Amino acid sequence: MGMDKCKVAFPRFGNYHIPLEFLFTKGLGVEYITPPPSTRRTLELGAKYSPDYVCSPFKFNLGNYIEAIEAGANTLVQTGGTCRLGYYGELQEQILKDLGYNVHFINMSRANYNNPLTFYDEFKKINPNLSLKKVTSSLITMLKMVECIDEIDDFVRQNVGFEVHEGEIEKLHEEYLNSLRTVETKKDVEKITKNYKKKLKDVKVKKPKNLMKVGIVGEYYTIMEPFSNHFIEKELAKKGIVIYRWMNVTNSILHNNGKEQKKTIKPYVKYYMGATSMATIYKTLEWAKEGFDGIVHVKSFGCTPEIDAMPVLQRISNDYKIPILYFSFDSQTSETGIQTRLEAFYDMIMMRKEKR
Amino acid sequence: MKIGIPRSFLYYKYHYLWESFFEELGIDYVVSPFTNREIYKQGTIRAIDEACLSSKIYLGHIDYLLGKCDYILVPRVFGYEEGTICTKFQAIYDVVNNTFRDQNIKILYYNINPRETANEFRSFLKMGKFLGKKKAAITRAYIIAKQTQKVQQIMALKRQEELLSKEGLKILLVGHQYNVYDRYIGGPILQTLKELGATPIIADICDKKEALEESKKISETLPWAFNKELVGAIQIYREKVDGIILMSSFPCGPDSLVNEMILRRVKGIPILNLILDGQEGSAGLETRLESFIDIIKIRKEDGNGQM
Repeated sequence: MGMDKCKVAFPRFGNYHIPLEFLFTKGLGVEYITPPPSTRRTLELGAKYSPDYVCSPFKFNLGNYIEAIEAGANTLVQTGGTCRLGYYGELQEQILKDLGYNVHFINMSRANYNNPLTFYDEFKKINPNLSLKKVTSSLITMLKMVECIDEIDDFVRQNVGFEVHEGEIEKLHEEYLNSLRTVETKKDVEKITKNYKKKLKDVKVKKPKNLMKVGIVGEYYTIMEPFSNHFIEKELAKKGIVIYRWMNVTNSILHNNGKEQKKTIKPYVKYYMGATSMATIYKTLEWAKEGFDGIVHVKSFGCTPEIDAMPVLQRISNDYKIPILYFSFDSQTSETGIQTRLEAFYDMIMMRKEKR
Repeated sequence: MKIGIPRSFLYYKYHYLWESFFEELGIDYVVSPFTNREIYKQGTIRAIDEACLSSKIYLGHIDYLLGKCDYILVPRVFGYEEGTICTKFQAIYDVVNNTFRDQNIKILYYNINPRETANEFRSFLKMGKFLGKKKAAITRAYIIAKQTQKVQQIMALKRQEELLSKEGLKILLVGHQYNVYDRYIGGPILQTLKELGATPIIADICDKKEALEESKKISETLPWAFNKELVGAIQIYREKVDGIILMSSFPCGPDSLVNEMILRRVKGIPILNLILDGQEGSAGLETRLESFIDIIKIRKEDGNGQM
């Protein structure tokens, strides 16, 4: 495949398609096809061709791949991971092949995480004329972009829903993300971010005195991909709740504080429990100590590490008297069920707040 | 002092090692009984709803042992040189500890982590010291226990070879040991197969080194050691059996992907995919096994025609 015809796609995941697009177009010199935003159709397509009881991120990813192929992609990328994610790639490649799609599949679980150069080898399969210098400088800009996106995201999360003029923050957020698609250098990223940070801070917000704070924890994909968690953050914001979320690419990968997590949760946990479970327990405990009004735990159905975090969360909930609402999403989850449970949760934390 | 050993999960891989280790050290132990309805029921009460059937049963065995011993053995495994392990085994110590905290559970544990040189011998040494034994005695007990385990493995392989040379239908049962040998999960399948006149061949009984190598022929990036061994066993035994049964406990993470891969890549032999959730009655299972065996018989009579 000539590099001029190479059209790469990676599954949808929060807003990270923007830095990915940058890395592939500027760093690797290939065209990047952003899969269309995940919809009901994406999930249905993915579920149709996936094993029944596999976790739903697998199904979403597969749906994204098919929709990306429909949009012209011919080279698909999958990452590795410490849970089932580590085996997604080979099976998804097989399923797509069995469906008759003739695509190139780059599976990062073939690379060795202890040796970054093996990733470079994988990328070389996309573009043999790859320049290591160009990739490195694009990678640095891309990582900066991730950090900035996460930082702005945090601000939005804690203020959206409180604007005097409704919708102002969301509009600015969208503008910000769009303008990131035009950057060339790390400096551009910093400049644009600084500019929008100011704009966002200038938005008039009115927060009630007795603010309700809720922390959201859970499995990597479901917590970061709003469609897969039924836009739960937006739903909470609509009710006038301030939402905190620690989990993002910056905190979990770029600046991981694993040692501190382990130390903090020592009264509850002796060993590493797999994938995101440690971060889930760590933030739940911290926010419980800080007196948050509640915690929302989200995961896809059957996510083993997060299931195993739950007995610990139940202990913390008991010890610190903090309500935790547990959501498990699969391709069948009903919208009304979620709404009803959110209402009940809201009523409960509201009543507790008034009593205090 | 008395140690409680849950007859579940890693018990089926290690029980000769554990039992003879404790025996050599003169430590009393009690093993929970074969899984029964009551153990299953208690496990489902203790466990998170969505947890896999096997882990629910494990918690049922822990529950059974409470009050019947001083310590309950709950080993923790991060992974093996041969591959990773389902995160369930990384988390199990803390899951048990948090689930049974109000019962003041006392756990006897050891940790296997090839990354931290927490190898088996060192971990057993630590455990033996905790039990108040001297280094020399622990070392001796471990070596004897290890030999016992090895001898038993060789004998199991021998017995399986004899079964393979027998006449009649042979069915390869592909599933984790703790599912195949559990009376509540795999028990009814083994029983029904025998009643139908078929000989079950256990995939997990195989030359593990060979299996690890062979597994690559079916799948290249398989991360989990246990699944690698099972997939490799298919490659080893496929010419010697008439059919394959994949059995997993709902909703097993690794099996959800690996069994799908097997169905897509292992061709030319009938495969039955059984997912057990502990809810089904035995009638449904028997019917599925019966029709599977019937199909294989017809296929054989037709002169080994492709399915």
